[in-house]
Amino acid sequence: MKVLVPVKRVPDTAGEKKIDPNDRTVDRESVESVLCPVNEFAIEEAVRLKEQHGAEVTVLLVGPESAQPIVRKALSYGLDAGLQVTDDGIAGSDALGTARVIAKALEAEEFDLVLFGNQSTDARTCLVPAAVAELLDLPSLTYARHLEVDGDTVTVHREHEEGWDVVQSSLPAIVSVVEAINEPRYPSFKGIMAAKSKPLAVKSLADLGVSPEDVGSGAAAATMYEFADRPPKEAGTIVEDDGSGTAAAQLADWMAEKKFV
Amino acid sequence: MSLSFALSDEQEQFRKVVADFADTVVAPAATEFNAEGRFPTDIVRQMGEMGLFGIPFTAEYGGMDGDYLTLCLAIEEIGRVDQSLGITLEAGVGLGAAPLDEFGTEAQKQRWLPELCRGETLGAFGLTETDGGSDVYGATRTRARVDGDEWVIDGGKQFITNAGTEMTSIITVTAFTGEGEMTSIIVPAGTPGLTIAPPYRKVGWHASDTRELTFDGVRVPLDHTLGERGAGFRQFLKTLDDGRIAISALAVGLIQGCVDECTRYARERHAFGKPIGDNQAIAFKIADLEVAAQTARQMYRYACWRKMQGLPYKREASIAKLYSSEQAVTAAREATQIFGGMGFTTETRVGRFYQDAKILEIGEGTSEVQRMLISRDLGL
Ligand SMILES: Cc1cc2nc3c(=O)[nH]c(=O)nc-3n(C[C@H](O)[C@H](O)[C@H](O)COP(=O)(O)OP(=O)(O)OC[C@H]3O[C@@H](n4cnc5c(N)ncnc54)[C@H](O)[C@@H]3O)c2cc1C
Ligand SMILES: Cc1cc2nc3c(=O)[nH]c(=O)nc-3n(C[C@H](O)[C@H](O)[C@H](O)COP(=O)(O)OP(=O)(O)OC[C@H]3O[C@@H](n4cnc5c(N)ncnc54)[C@H](O)[C@@H]3O)c2cc1C
Repeated sequence: MKVLVPVKRVPDTAGEKKIDPNDRTVDRESVESVLCPVNEFAIEEAVRLKEQHGAEVTVLLVGPESAQPIVRKALSYGLDAGLQVTDDGIAGSDALGTARVIAKALEAEEFDLVLFGNQSTDARTCLVPAAVAELLDLPSLTYARHLEVDGDTVTVHREHEEGWDVVQSSLPAIVSVVEAINEPRYPSFKGIMAAKSKPLAVKSLADLGVSPEDVGSGAAAATMYEFADRPPKEAGTIVEDDGSGTAAAQLADWMAEKKFV
Repeated sequence: MSLSFALSDEQEQFRKVVADFADTVVAPAATEFNAEGRFPTDIVRQMGEMGLFGIPFTAEYGGMDGDYLTLCLAIEEIGRVDQSLGITLEAGVGLGAAPLDEFGTEAQKQRWLPELCRGETLGAFGLTETDGGSDVYGATRTRARVDGDEWVIDGGKQFITNAGTEMTSIITVTAFTGEGEMTSIIVPAGTPGLTIAPPYRKVGWHASDTRELTFDGVRVPLDHTLGERGAGFRQFLKTLDDGRIAISALAVGLIQGCVDECTRYARERHAFGKPIGDNQAIAFKIADLEVAAQTARQMYRYACWRKMQGLPYKREASIAKLYSSEQAVTAAREATQIFGGMGFTTETRVGRFYQDAKILEIGEGTSEVQRMLISRDLGL
């Protein structure tokens, strides 16, 4: 069984992100880059497939050369190989552009299962997994909070507001996972040491046969013209309990006014 | 041989992973397991899965093929949020597994080392007795005699770390086996005649397992002799030299924890209409904490570097241990002061560190013993 895990490099969720006013993208210098935390859940699921089914797992990253440590980080969890798509033409791609690159990269690989995160922690569009499935005309099983592989069938519990649906398809298939699916382990020291000698292939748009017109900022359907800093947090309303018992009523009124209840 | 303390990419990545584990898994649980005086087996096992207990040992015996500095990085990062787990790791590797790795026979290593490296079991090293820990040679009353193909051990040990956990597999003890002849003998946990007392009620290190042991006609096969008969004295001196570097890393973790906690708190906490950190009386204390963290860290890394280069490092290990443990005691006292009343509760990390710091000046050779070793080395 062959599994591919596409992972994204994102600015540290805890860090204060800045936008570069020149090209209106995230200023990578302003904040540390990390492996998207949602991808850790997909990696953990892949590691379990390795343990249970002997799956061979390749990690795939679309991003600049400087993102290579993120591929190595993903490998340190015990994955087998890395594939990075790097090309100046990719810069400024929107979600669909990114999906096109990933789809083409997948086409060149043999795989049974692709394990995405359901969303990235920076742009959070949640579009890439379904877009890739559509482009490859493969079953799309998104928002998986549980995953099982049996022979050539994959079953997932697709999470939604009221619970989950049990969804099944044949392999190969595209899955995206939510954080409820597992508790990711930490990479071991052995895994970190082994990561540096795992094979890592780098491909360009030309290698994949992607036309530069289909990706990059020029192909993006939306353009960002302006941005503004998040306004500072305003002081909240303070309800003081003076012992007279009116505090509860004030709280209830406030919640009703804000339509919380 | 250029002097460099730079971490490799992998060491830095690993340090970050351990730091993340410390912050997200250990820190939130530390108040509770310390208050309960509970050895957190679940977290220790998780540390085992990350390979922490096997870092400096070869893959041949289930180790991680790492070096001593990498071990110290892990001890420092764990110790930054909780000293009990820091010493559990330090003693598990330094006192439990290292003597076996360094002095054990092939059969002993095959039998016990892999599971110690994987962190599935824990080892302990029993040196200290009721009559003293500084003067081991003069204070050891434990005796072992040969009966057929067995050792018969009688005596007792005091303050032995990791000796009574549910993960404990072996306790290596020093005993006199003849006139002036000290031998280390491996005693598997659960051997009849070995009694493990309930945990001590300690001032700090509440979640670390420390036990008094009694040996009453304890019988183990002669092949449980660690290395050779009569090598006990030399073995434990070597073990303690290495341990001092690791204890120094543990102390540096404590000091760094004080820097981090105090920097945060001094910004958040207001008095007289401004953050307390706006007062130089507070800010300068924190500057001093930072000086202590950096200087103590450089010292243990220097000792570590000498060890890894194959240079003599006994004096440097003593200096690192002495300096960083005394700085840790000062750091914990000042950090507690910065936290005011909250600092005197065990809800805060600095309050726990105030309890935990003192033992650093006592365990694995007291400050007096370190000064003795350093002055002797100077020819005094
Ligand atoms: C500052 C900023 C500016 C942007 N500007 C524009 C713009 O001008 N126009 C526009 O249309 N879009 C813009 N984007 C969106 C950007 O193109 C998306 O981040 C990207 O296309 C992926 O979408 P996503 O992050 O929402 O992925 P999601 O669909 O939320 O991610 C789901 C999963 O897809 C996979 N994945 C996502 N990206 C990658 C990757 N690079 N490599 C491998 N796997 C991946 C991961 O498994 C991830 O968990 C901008 C984003 C930012 C942060
Ligand atoms: C929590 C904890 C965990 C421990 N874990 C272990 C363990 O795993 N294994 C183990 O074997 N031991 C362990 N110990 C024991 C520890 O190593 C000893 O407590 C320490 O070495 C000091 O020995 P002592 O307590 O007998 O003090 P003593 O040796 O009785 O010393 C008492 C005081 O006299 C001073 N002193 C002694 N000789 C001189 C001298 N010549 N000049 C000046 N001053 C001197 C000492 O510095 C000290 O201040 C542990 C102790 C504690 C508290």
